[in-house]
Amino acid sequence: MKCRRCKAPAIIDLPRHNAAFCADCFTHQCREQVKRAIHEHHMIEPGESVLVAVSGGKDSLALWDLLHEIGIPADGLYLGLGIGDYSDESGEYTRAFARSHGLHLHEVDLRSQYGYDIPGAAEVTHRSPCGACGLSKRHLFNQVALDENYDVVATGHNLDDEAAVLFGNVLRWETAYLGRQFPVLPATPGFARKVKPLVRLTEREMAAYCVIRGIDYQVEECPMAAGNRHIAFKEVLNQLEQKSPGTKAAFTSGFWSRGHQAFAAEADDERATLLPCVECGAPTTTGDRCAFCSLRARASAAASEPNRPIEVPVTLRSET
Amino acid sequence: MVPGPMTVAALLTRLEIVPESVLVINGDTLVTHDARLADDAEVEIRPVISGGAT
Repeated sequence: MKCRRCKAPAIIDLPRHNAAFCADCFTHQCREQVKRAIHEHHMIEPGESVLVAVSGGKDSLALWDLLHEIGIPADGLYLGLGIGDYSDESGEYTRAFARSHGLHLHEVDLRSQYGYDIPGAAEVTHRSPCGACGLSKRHLFNQVALDENYDVVATGHNLDDEAAVLFGNVLRWETAYLGRQFPVLPATPGFARKVKPLVRLTEREMAAYCVIRGIDYQVEECPMAAGNRHIAFKEVLNQLEQKSPGTKAAFTSGFWSRGHQAFAAEADDERATLLPCVECGAPTTTGDRCAFCSLRARASAAASEPNRPIEVPVTLRSET
Repeated sequence: MVPGPMTVAALLTRLEIVPESVLVINGDTLVTHDARLADDAEVEIRPVISGGAT
């Protein structure tokens, strides 16, 4: 195969674009897709301060690198989740990237600063680990952005993430979630603006970008995500994509241009009725303790009990 | 071990792997699905699907 742009030998083919690219033209293509997403959805204006949520995985490190490459300065925020060796390694990948690129990294550690970790929180609250993790991340990314006066929080959600979440929300007709699913969520009282600049790029493309750019990332999957339903949704969508390239992009872009508006009012109504959490002041639907403070209270109380074992599943490394 | 030579696409079909879910790396270089792999090639098939909190 030849590169569509320069006709040199290609190293990656993208069936959804009916094209293949050499390494240089592929990274150019990734930069252009990020610029287009940022422009199309008015994600980041010139001069605004950006905080990137980084996990040590391919998507968030690629996002940090891409923003840097297209001239958008951004600081990073890493959240220590306390998931055994997995978290130790993810922190090392993130710090190494920040050091080698001369970028500023904020760190928050759940165990030492908030008294709990994700395995313990999931066990105590009977939430799924991914539920406890997502709640903690959403709250703390927003909190740090507000405390440190960042205009925008950028996350590494890619096209596959968005397609899988949309698929799940449609299957169960989660209308409030559908109203909130958009590449940019505007700032409102108590919330920083949240943007997803990778929505036009797949996770295969982000993994390829890291390989080409020499970015060391944590290939290993989170041991607590095994059996997660979003992974199952991604597998189904990738089978559809193989039969009909471009399906995932058409699904998400079509929703944002023609479907989202039908559900937006419900999300707007929900935001209009939010009240401050009695403990941390973050907006909440109850006007009492927010979901994060409730989780933290229960999980940290249990964690302070003596001799509580923390169970972390055995990590399976997938190699050929 | 899979006997070659064969294309990357044929290898993935043989292993029943959906191409969109992996990268194929020969040595330290990515390869396209039509690339031909020698009988003695050692390739990494790297999963790219990640899940978890959204």
